[in-house]
Amino acid sequence: MAKTASNDSSIKRSTRRWAWLFMGPVISAFCIGFVWPFFQGIYLSFCKFRLTSDATFIGVDNYQAALTDASFQHSFWYTALTAVVSLVLINILAFTVAYVLTQKIKGANLFRTVFFMPNLIGGIVLGYIWSMIFDGILAAYSTSILLETSYGFWGLIILLCWQQIGYMMIIYIAGLQAVPEDMLEAAKIDGASKWQTLFRVIIPNVMPSITICMFLSLTNGFKLFDQNLALTGGLPYIIQADGSTINTTEMLALNIYNTFYTAGAGSRGVAQAKAVVFFLLVAGLGLAQLAYTRRREVQQ
Amino acid sequence: MSMNVSRRAFVGTAGLLATTLAACSGGNGGSESSAGDSGAGSAASTAAGGSVYWLNFKPELDETLQELAGTYTKETGVPVKIVTAASGTYNQTLIAEMDKSEAPTLFVIGNAAGVKEWGDFALDLKGTAIEKELNTDAYNLYDTEGKLVSIGYCYECYGIVANKDLIEKAGHAIDDIKDFESLKKVVEDIHKRSNELGFDAFVATDMDDSSSWRVTGHLANLEYYYEEQDTGDFDESTSEIAGTYLPNYKKLYDLMINNSVVEPSALATGGHDPATQFTNGEAAFFLTGSWDYATLSEAQPNVRMLPYYCGVSGEEKAGLNCGTENCWAVNVNATEENQQATIDFMVWLVSNPDASAKMVEQLGIMPYTNAAESTNGFLLNAAEYTADGCYVMDWATNYQPNVDQYRAALVSALNAYNSDPSDSNWDDVKKAFVDGWATQYKAANS
Repeated sequence: MAKTASNDSSIKRSTRRWAWLFMGPVISAFCIGFVWPFFQGIYLSFCKFRLTSDATFIGVDNYQAALTDASFQHSFWYTALTAVVSLVLINILAFTVAYVLTQKIKGANLFRTVFFMPNLIGGIVLGYIWSMIFDGILAAYSTSILLETSYGFWGLIILLCWQQIGYMMIIYIAGLQAVPEDMLEAAKIDGASKWQTLFRVIIPNVMPSITICMFLSLTNGFKLFDQNLALTGGLPYIIQADGSTINTTEMLALNIYNTFYTAGAGSRGVAQAKAVVFFLLVAGLGLAQLAYTRRREVQQ
Repeated sequence: MSMNVSRRAFVGTAGLLATTLAACSGGNGGSESSAGDSGAGSAASTAAGGSVYWLNFKPELDETLQELAGTYTKETGVPVKIVTAASGTYNQTLIAEMDKSEAPTLFVIGNAAGVKEWGDFALDLKGTAIEKELNTDAYNLYDTEGKLVSIGYCYECYGIVANKDLIEKAGHAIDDIKDFESLKKVVEDIHKRSNELGFDAFVATDMDDSSSWRVTGHLANLEYYYEEQDTGDFDESTSEIAGTYLPNYKKLYDLMINNSVVEPSALATGGHDPATQFTNGEAAFFLTGSWDYATLSEAQPNVRMLPYYCGVSGEEKAGLNCGTENCWAVNVNATEENQQATIDFMVWLVSNPDASAKMVEQLGIMPYTNAAESTNGFLLNAAEYTADGCYVMDWATNYQPNVDQYRAALVSALNAYNSDPSDSNWDDVKKAFVDGWATQYKAANS
């Protein structure tokens, strides 16, 4: 007994002694690749700069410009709408598909693979493929996905569903398979209907999967960039009286990108400020949602 | 050609987090190679007194440059590194590269916006050996204080490329096309009889990023050029334009989209590959420039470039649009040895018979006394027009402020007009064209 205890403590001691060796590379990579650029990014959002190495501190002007920019506000609401609509649709459809595929039907494994496959294609490629598909259809009506904001919006939603349902489905399948058999059996014996079983037994038990899927699809929706760039690139624009534009299908990330690279050297700081606001938004939303859904999970 | 910023081209560069949060790099999707022994590179650079690093913005030139860099290093021992930014990503790449400790010694400042943004980083080239090699000052860029910021290493021309054979097949003569009315007559006749002839007048005026620059950049030049004739030349301080000749732009634009292989409403997403339509002989007219000469003339041997005839009075004397965005700037922050090595390399490129021949083969023509002769048919057309006493239309397009955003707005407005050519939709085009200029100018100069 005493021997085991001393063994344990010696293992602990050597683990402690060598921990830095194993943690070090990861921590330094994390610092170099994330922490440092992150703080530099925050600093730059208070600066006017052409090159990141040559920045002049100007205070909160960039934030003022960012928050009063009509195109940024538009892209915020557009992004929020896209994220919410895609979150609802993706999760309902993914759960439904997962539920069907966990029933004992023929070829379930084949279907799972097929549904998951769209997820393996990159966003840019998807964007172009879908723009061809949509335009192939819309051309018959002498229009294009680039001509109507609503086409661009629903086009993106369809694309996102097609891409992400398979991924979320896998998570839901794992959750559904973990629902204890005895609970389902007990429900059956007690005479619960299919719907009662679904809402009272299955869904509370897959709440962890729902948490993670909602979290993923919400942040995916907010951070969306490449699909947005490739599908519509922000088109169509509303040309305002002064010649400035509101890019009606431009999401937040693309708005930041365009501000940084195409709006001239003077607006790089503004783009940086937008990026910080964007980060706070995504992080805040994600955490709030996580906290909310966690509370509803069943502790097993 | 190099100005078109393509969504497709962004593919390689855009890591979202890198863009939004990291701020540490603009991404760099290009090819990179370093000539010479990289291990001995630093030693060689001190021994030979410097090294060259050219950030090239013309992807089609990359192969030639890599080869020439190798030859130069072999001949002189001076290491030359060529990095080519992926198509349409030059500015991002430049932002990232200029931040590095080993920044480019040679880079491109091709227009007024570039002078404004990067002029501080450029050495005054007045009195340097490379300046003495030039045979014209026409393609040089100066800043407001008169500093010679960058010098043209080639120039190009653009206009309406016409297929002589097809025009003759339709019973017309290319020499009869002397102004807008005569152009219109030929174009409308060909379009009317396209079923019988088996070809149409204009190729598709695609509005996707791989092609929209033909109308948002190049065709727009006719408006700017004629406006310049009324108000004086554009420069970096041209903060607004009047759009006086926009009706002329509309005339030629309408002629193009309404007499084409493809219906105007199908142009928004593009994908019709206008260059191939032209080389396949599907249409007789195509808006492009001298850089396409080799490809086009290989498939259609009798091609000629016509000026932008748009109904302006006196346009029988119009020539082609000649200018450049290919201008060399030397990094003022580079060490003196590196600056000298860079200038030596530039001189070698424009004066060595073999090197300049290879450069001219790719670039069309180089405005240097000792450079190889041009064989580009379109540039020869330009010279013929000039010899006939026609005026050269200079590239006022180079002064478009915040060029990417300015053109993107124009694309959106033209898309709407293509699908529904109403007056209110043309008003949006006008807003994007005229008011957009002032707005973007303000944004770029804030």
